[in-house]
Amino acid sequence: MYSTDGGQFAYHTKSHIVRFIIFFILFFIISFIKTSFWYSSATLFYLGVLFLLILVKYVGLTSSGSQRWLDLYFLNLQPSELMKIGLILFLAKYYHKISSGDVNKFRYLGQPLLALLFPVILVVTQPDLGTSFLIAVGGVIVVWLAGVKMKFFAYLGGLFLLSAPVAISFLKPYQKSRILTFLDPSRDPLGAGYQITQSKIAIGSGGLLGKGFLEGSQSYLDYLPEKHTDFIFTLFSEEFGFFGSMAILLIYILITWRIVSIGHTLRTSFGKLYCYSFATAFFIYVAVNMGMVLGLIPIVGAPLPIMSYGGSSMMAIMIGLGIVMSCKIHKDQSLG
Amino acid sequence: MISDSGGGSKIRLIGRRMFILTAAKAVVVFGVVGRLISLQINESKKYKTLSDKNRFREWRFAPPRGVIKDYFGEEIASNQKVFQLHLIPENAENLSALIFRLKNILKMSDNAVSRIQKKIKSQKPWDPVIVSDNLTWAEFSRINLFLHELQGVEPIISVARVYREQSSSHVIGYVSKISKKDLQQKNYLANMKAAGMRVGKTGLENKLDSEIIGNVGHKRYEVNAFGKRIKEVSIDQGKIGKNYKTTLDLELQNLSSNLLKDKAGAICVMDIYRGDIITMVSSPTFDPNKFVHGISTKDWKELISHRDKPLVNKAISGLYPPGSTIKGLVAISALENDVVNTKMVQQCSGSIELYGEKFHCWKKKGHGFVDMRKAIKESCDVYFYEVARRLGIDRLSETARSFGLGDTMVKGFNEEKIGVVPNTKWKKQRIGKSWYLGETLHSGIGQGYWQTTPMQLCLMTARIANGGYDVEPRIVLGEKSKFSLFTEKKKNPKSLEEFFNTEQSKEFDDTTIEFGYKPLFRNQENINFVKDAFFGATNEPGGTSYGSRLSKKEFIFAGKTGTSQVRRITEQQRELEIKNEDLPYEQRDHSLYVAFAPYNEPKYSISVVVEHGGSGSKTAAPIAKKVIKKLLERHPLRQQVHDNYKGEDV
Repeated sequence: MYSTDGGQFAYHTKSHIVRFIIFFILFFIISFIKTSFWYSSATLFYLGVLFLLILVKYVGLTSSGSQRWLDLYFLNLQPSELMKIGLILFLAKYYHKISSGDVNKFRYLGQPLLALLFPVILVVTQPDLGTSFLIAVGGVIVVWLAGVKMKFFAYLGGLFLLSAPVAISFLKPYQKSRILTFLDPSRDPLGAGYQITQSKIAIGSGGLLGKGFLEGSQSYLDYLPEKHTDFIFTLFSEEFGFFGSMAILLIYILITWRIVSIGHTLRTSFGKLYCYSFATAFFIYVAVNMGMVLGLIPIVGAPLPIMSYGGSSMMAIMIGLGIVMSCKIHKDQSLG
Repeated sequence: MISDSGGGSKIRLIGRRMFILTAAKAVVVFGVVGRLISLQINESKKYKTLSDKNRFREWRFAPPRGVIKDYFGEEIASNQKVFQLHLIPENAENLSALIFRLKNILKMSDNAVSRIQKKIKSQKPWDPVIVSDNLTWAEFSRINLFLHELQGVEPIISVARVYREQSSSHVIGYVSKISKKDLQQKNYLANMKAAGMRVGKTGLENKLDSEIIGNVGHKRYEVNAFGKRIKEVSIDQGKIGKNYKTTLDLELQNLSSNLLKDKAGAICVMDIYRGDIITMVSSPTFDPNKFVHGISTKDWKELISHRDKPLVNKAISGLYPPGSTIKGLVAISALENDVVNTKMVQQCSGSIELYGEKFHCWKKKGHGFVDMRKAIKESCDVYFYEVARRLGIDRLSETARSFGLGDTMVKGFNEEKIGVVPNTKWKKQRIGKSWYLGETLHSGIGQGYWQTTPMQLCLMTARIANGGYDVEPRIVLGEKSKFSLFTEKKKNPKSLEEFFNTEQSKEFDDTTIEFGYKPLFRNQENINFVKDAFFGATNEPGGTSYGSRLSKKEFIFAGKTGTSQVRRITEQQRELEIKNEDLPYEQRDHSLYVAFAPYNEPKYSISVVVEHGGSGSKTAAPIAKKVIKKLLERHPLRQQVHDNYKGEDV
């Protein structure tokens, strides 16, 4: 983050550190609160965030063509980021409650489906394809872990594919062009393909050892777009090279592995579902972001957890991690 | 109390499914790592290059060309300040609107506009496009007036080639835009790409191009994604082209050019010892400045459709039969080969019948009994038919070659022609027929197959005048030549003159050859005889150029006229005695004159050719007289420069 400001201890750096400290404190507070509190307030949390999402529709701030933020004076809150956690919490609680025999009954499929689709549609129409995708992925993982049969996913997938042409017609032109550009980046090298191309150049030119801290020419000469948010990994790769990138990747794998192993020690379905789902979702956030900047998947607005600049994203991740810690600390207590 | 319904089986299911997810994660990790390896290790080099291409931008600028001066330091080709208008496409807000606006302000033609648009497409958006490289002051100030609304446009004061005199257009040549052909032929142009770069096309500009062009300079900047310059990475001022001093005398160039005004022809003047070309003028001339900024189609058409071919440097590319100017050479060849002696007498009755063909003398009623001196002095054709008959064409051609005909002599001029020195072998090869004896006779008076350039005739005369040594022409001071070799070894250039004329040189001579010069004779008396005969032709009553003599003692010169036919005269025309002026222009004779001056201490040789100018005595000789007068008047000045001469550096 310091590097994105061109080596000056300026706005982005300061506020990123301040936020990190604030949210780290939040993380501690959350981790000391009993898991049962999180269990019992899961639905409320979900509904609260859902309410904020609806609120965004009416009083949200608009930036570069999409309405995503709520102005809270000290922070521009992006409720869609919180929804990533909210949905996982809600579904984990839901599947904790019902018995394993009921999981595949039609009666019990409707509610999770609605709980998933409602926020996703809200976010898609902001429009914010990336976040809505990540929210959906988080939700689907919980449902799948809970034991819903493959065939339902197949049905749903088929339905989705059938509705895809209709969905595409609802896509904004820039979203369409992103997908087309992903398929052929040279199609429009100065427009939508520019980001992928420049990101690849930056990462590739970093080489084995990188250009050195604050020496990333692609980044500080502004060839790289959104370098402090979505493309933070690109900047890091350019400056610290292959070894640096591998180190970051390793840290994320470690975090994921830690959450999963915490999940192993838990005895409640809620705890396990939550930890496993959050770990997987966390991993997917990382994978999507890296895949995106590496030119493996289309550019969707997906921040890199913790590293990317953005308060809501960091807040969501910290809350998520906090709940994981809470599960670990209070693992011997019953949810009641 | 909320119970965990489902119990152990549910937890096992979750664990099982989590295992599948973990496996999937591993696959993803492999994908990301693989991609990192491919980008950062395997293809890192490619992306590093791309990254540098992003960062660095180079602006190259053309250096001023070197100046070409005459012997006295007068600038013939120099540089002047010009007002230019550059356009940097990426700086323009709305390119097409800007071009439209410029079109109106500068009143540009549609052609010019489409040329600019093409140019913009062909290069990088930050490379400047030259909208106009030579704005008038009015246009320049008008642009400056509107400048605030012409974003992306830069008025620039630059330097460009300028030629102040048109007298030297041919020998100096001209510069113009680099063409594809130039890029193929001149390797050094490969790294000379810069806006406004010009390349020498003809003459000295072409000959000296690789050095006179200088080195392209550049400024390399690191720029950000918006094209803003962040910092200067490197700067290279380039190198101004090398200046050159020539052997030319601009004042004589101007005089010669004026004398040929409204005529087509050429004048060459040479120092007979050093080989220095003092004058090389061709007429009609043209304005070389027009080529510097791109000649208009109209001007170009006018130049290439002109009857007298202004673009051709007639001094080295114009080919003319030498006519009687060759008679001195024929005499030398015959004497050196012991075919005849100077005492041989031949009766001229106006014509002679040989091999069943009638050969005419220019003087219809004949010269009567003539010896060799009189034959040269009065230019008797019948006498030289006989000399040529005895000599034979092959021996004559050999002598002609040794005196500099039939080859390029001025080094480095692409446009120079070699001409034709006919002999039996040449005819067999080029025409595929055997040589006729009658053709030998025509060749003896410089008609028939002969083709010579004025420069070759001047050199021939120089080699006779200096006592018969093979001097070589040179035009650029400091270039390696026979003369520079001589001065290197002998130090004092003035001694060359003594060298050729002292007794010791008669017997030579390892010393002469050591200095690069080779005598062209067996007996120098033969050379001196011809020089004396030339004196007679100019300074004795009855001589062909007696009317053009200079009587002042130190100006007395000696020369030989020539009138070369461009058509076959029919018997009928001969009977009618049609005057040359009454013929259509294209059929009139060429007028030629060669001379050396002053007679007593020869220093310079000259050749004058006037296309379709009639007889040599009527047109060419009077022009030569004026040039020689000026030349000799300026000799002390030139001598001064000679004397102050320290090495050949400019």
